[in-house]
Amino acid sequence: MSEESPVPAPAENSQAPLRPEAEVLAEARRRSRRSFIGLGLAGLAGLGGWKWLISQPEDDGIPRPLRQVLDANGRLSHAYYKQTRLAPEFARSRARTPRKNGTYGLKTELDPATWRMRVQGYGTDTVQEFTLADVQALPKVDMVTELKCIEGWSVVVHWAGARLSDFLAKYPLATRSGYPFDPRNPPADLAPYAGLATPDGNYYVGLDMDTVLHPQTLLCYEMNGKPLTPEHGAPLRLVTPLKYGIKHLKRIGTMTFAVARPKDLWAEMGYDWDSGH
Amino acid sequence: MKQLVEKHPLAIRWFHWVNFPVLSLMIWSGMWIYWANDVYRIGWGNTTLLKFFPQSFYEAFNIPFQLAKGMSWHFVLMWVFFLNGLLYVGYTIFSGEWRYLLPTRHSFKEAIQVVLHDLGLSKKPLPMRKFNGAQQIAYTSVILMGVGSVLSGLAIYKPVQFAWLTQLLGGYEFARIIHFALTIGYVLFFIVHIAQVVRAGWNNFRAMVAGFEVVEVDSATHEVTAGPTALPAAGASLSTNNLADRSSHV
Repeated sequence: MSEESPVPAPAENSQAPLRPEAEVLAEARRRSRRSFIGLGLAGLAGLGGWKWLISQPEDDGIPRPLRQVLDANGRLSHAYYKQTRLAPEFARSRARTPRKNGTYGLKTELDPATWRMRVQGYGTDTVQEFTLADVQALPKVDMVTELKCIEGWSVVVHWAGARLSDFLAKYPLATRSGYPFDPRNPPADLAPYAGLATPDGNYYVGLDMDTVLHPQTLLCYEMNGKPLTPEHGAPLRLVTPLKYGIKHLKRIGTMTFAVARPKDLWAEMGYDWDSGH
Repeated sequence: MKQLVEKHPLAIRWFHWVNFPVLSLMIWSGMWIYWANDVYRIGWGNTTLLKFFPQSFYEAFNIPFQLAKGMSWHFVLMWVFFLNGLLYVGYTIFSGEWRYLLPTRHSFKEAIQVVLHDLGLSKKPLPMRKFNGAQQIAYTSVILMGVGSVLSGLAIYKPVQFAWLTQLLGGYEFARIIHFALTIGYVLFFIVHIAQVVRAGWNNFRAMVAGFEVVEVDSATHEVTAGPTALPAAGASLSTNNLADRSSHV
């Protein structure tokens, strides 16, 4: 290395004659011209590629090639996904009340007494109705996790409710056969996706079955030790630290199961369908 | 007598010029994302010296209300940024270019010298080498920053699947701060980089496009007597001889 002697050492082949200056300068010109034209063309090609990309037909609010890459990212993260990886939990003293962002699906008055969660069995037309008491009869799970909004803020919240996986183990509506199953070892006839919507149908989310069966995915009825208030999704909402807040559907009205990805309000507005963590 | 000296290999020139627009678009789409929760500032208590970012800045760069678009571009171009960086690092390792780029124990002292020289506080000539100590530190740091951006990005992109990484970087919110601060770091790097390239002149800039520099060589001794910029010294080659030929020499 040369740092010991800042003055350059003479060339090894010091006996070889130096090239005539005119020849050197001609080569310099030739190579410069070629390289700058090359860079210019590469720049134009890049610009052309960009123009092509943004001119592609849109798929739910973004050019289709971008949507395809987002979906591929989703598949990749699902290939890496493990049911045993848990979102970190925090001390209860750190829990705060989250901001209430938006009122999609919550604009009508709700009578808690007549509210039911209506779940349609996978591959059937039969709809089963559940009361809050039905959900509360399942083992209660407390969880202090970070709610991460897609806007970029986060807040630690103490949630309580029943595991969605416990609900589906007791009421086996997510399998074609209708037989109960162990969420840690799901059968082949399990639906790949679930869709949830508010009673008025104005807010709807799609979830992959990995998320549905994750032990931290709750049918939640308590926030920070108190029953949910209407603006936070009373009487029952979805909570899962595996997804951005946009998937934490408030005021669950219906649940369905599907072979293909169910429609998702925010994905239709240009966001990633998976939006997974 | 003027001669050509090879400076930047073709691969490195490609990595450099691919990175420039890609990182620019990553920063731009990153701004679209950041805008949706623009809470960072420099200040204390109620005193704010600098808010990230003022409304005029947002308007000048068409930032507001593009969160979804920003996320989609960011999560597509991240692959290009990552792969280009990975190829660059791989190339520097396997080609031996890392020898010019990694700081040595002399680099820090030399970097101070370079800074004093560039500020006009010292008349001592700059070291005649492909990359001086300040450059070695800067070009190595910016790669480490790239690694930091990828890791902190992953920590806030998949904070449950990579919870260990998120925890290692101080949690979800702190990882977001790191990710943002590194971006500001690139912008500062860019400003100094452009100033230095302008200062170093055409010959140096052309080398990042065409690969070579024109140097003045003593026709009797074949010693490089003057190059308009920091020269590729001992390890560099005059036309045919290469690094391997010279290693026995020094």
